[in-house]
Amino acid sequence: MNEKDILRAREKWSGKIKYVSPLLKGLQYTFGNFLSKHKTIQYPEQKRHVSKRWRGLHQLHRDENGKLLCVACGLCAAVCPARAITLTPYEPENGERYPAEFVIDELRCIFCGYCQEVCPRGAISLSQVYDYVDSTREDFQFSIEKLHDPEQYRFQYQRSLTQKILG
Amino acid sequence: MLELMVITMIKTVIVLTVCMLVVTYLTLAERKILGFIQLRHGPNRVGYWGLLQPFADGIKLLLKEEFVPLNAQRPIFYIAPIISIACPMVMLALIPFGDSITILGREITLYLANPDVGILIILGLGTLGAYGCVLGGWSSGNKYGYTGGLRGAAIIISYELSMAFAVICVVMIAGSLSLVDIVHAQAGLWNIVYAPVAFIIFIISGLAELNRTPFDMPEAEAELCCGYNVEYSSMKFALFFFGEYTHLFIFGCLVTTLFLGGWHGPFLPGVVWFFIKTLLVVFFCIWQRATFPRLRYDQVMKLEWKFLMPLAIVNILVTALVMAVY
Repeated sequence: MNEKDILRAREKWSGKIKYVSPLLKGLQYTFGNFLSKHKTIQYPEQKRHVSKRWRGLHQLHRDENGKLLCVACGLCAAVCPARAITLTPYEPENGERYPAEFVIDELRCIFCGYCQEVCPRGAISLSQVYDYVDSTREDFQFSIEKLHDPEQYRFQYQRSLTQKILG
Repeated sequence: MLELMVITMIKTVIVLTVCMLVVTYLTLAERKILGFIQLRHGPNRVGYWGLLQPFADGIKLLLKEEFVPLNAQRPIFYIAPIISIACPMVMLALIPFGDSITILGREITLYLANPDVGILIILGLGTLGAYGCVLGGWSSGNKYGYTGGLRGAAIIISYELSMAFAVICVVMIAGSLSLVDIVHAQAGLWNIVYAPVAFIIFIISGLAELNRTPFDMPEAEAELCCGYNVEYSSMKFALFFFGEYTHLFIFGCLVTTLFLGGWHGPFLPGVVWFFIKTLLVVFFCIWQRATFPRLRYDQVMKLEWKFLMPLAIVNILVTALVMAVY
């Protein structure tokens, strides 16, 4: 058995010196932190970057004439596990078919993205908007008009100059 | 005589105002530096860069409810915060901020008082300041407060020893107990070169006396839920808080005066050098607070009685030997 293998309950006096270098190393590390850039994202003013695949508010796409791509087949409403989609088809005589009413309850929606996956026409997709704010339950019933451009429902907040100076 | 009184009064007002302003912003500086070290922003909502935060805190504390527990010893409970703020503020009078300057043909010294035993008074007042913590803890009728006060007393009794021994080393080198003479003696080389061991001992025991984090036994948040000042609220708590930060500032001033050459320095005026050095020492105190974990209570006592005090005594002997030989 070597001298090194013995665990001593009481250290020698000379052994205490080995505690000094970790202390200095710790000080060096925290000073490096002090100089480096902070990682906080100041939320309402700065937004986190999200990927293209982020599943946020829904969007109903339209073709170049401004007509809805949706043909009201009802697959999205069928596949929706949260039953957030209510849709009523409308079929005029000329062979067209489009939704008369298309309401997504964003409070029920779990943002799984199944509707986007199942849609045969690519008419519905989920955007990157993740911070819609409103005050009543009715505001979260997104109708066709509201589903047109989710970008405008992004939560916008900037502090004014007075707010920045006086708090 | 009247002129002397007027000058002293003006100096008092200036010293108190400037130092209290610095101390007020120390609270912000501590939070900011801790934040930066932990990769956060620190307070930055009240005012630009959080600069109005100390005043917001002050107003908040003033408007809080003043609460005294039923089983508190009332007179002592009221006196304790006053002791805790008064002692560091008296110590401000003894700090030499700079050499004498000439304004309007009068020579004006940049310190309020220069007693021949300045360093003794400082050490005495520092110990007296700990009575605020001890009495406040014992009189609040709370077991956590009681334990905190007990620990405060134990720490002040033990660490005062090595602190005084470290100071003796400096006094021997300077040949005087007056703070101004000690600074004058460092015109060439600073004391940190002559007495590095004393410097380290002074810093460690000073941190223990300040109740800063590696030795924050009296207000151990984890085990005593704030220690001696649990039962204090409103302005009384603010006084404790303020006293602690004033003590931190005084500690920076003392290290500067005793070891870092006081107002000596090239190019800039003396007062500026003094404040730069003081704030660097204060920065070190905050920096090490963010770095080191707390020691256990018995480890704190062991560090003092088994390591620092013997080392300080040996240090004195070696210094005396070297001085006798040369």
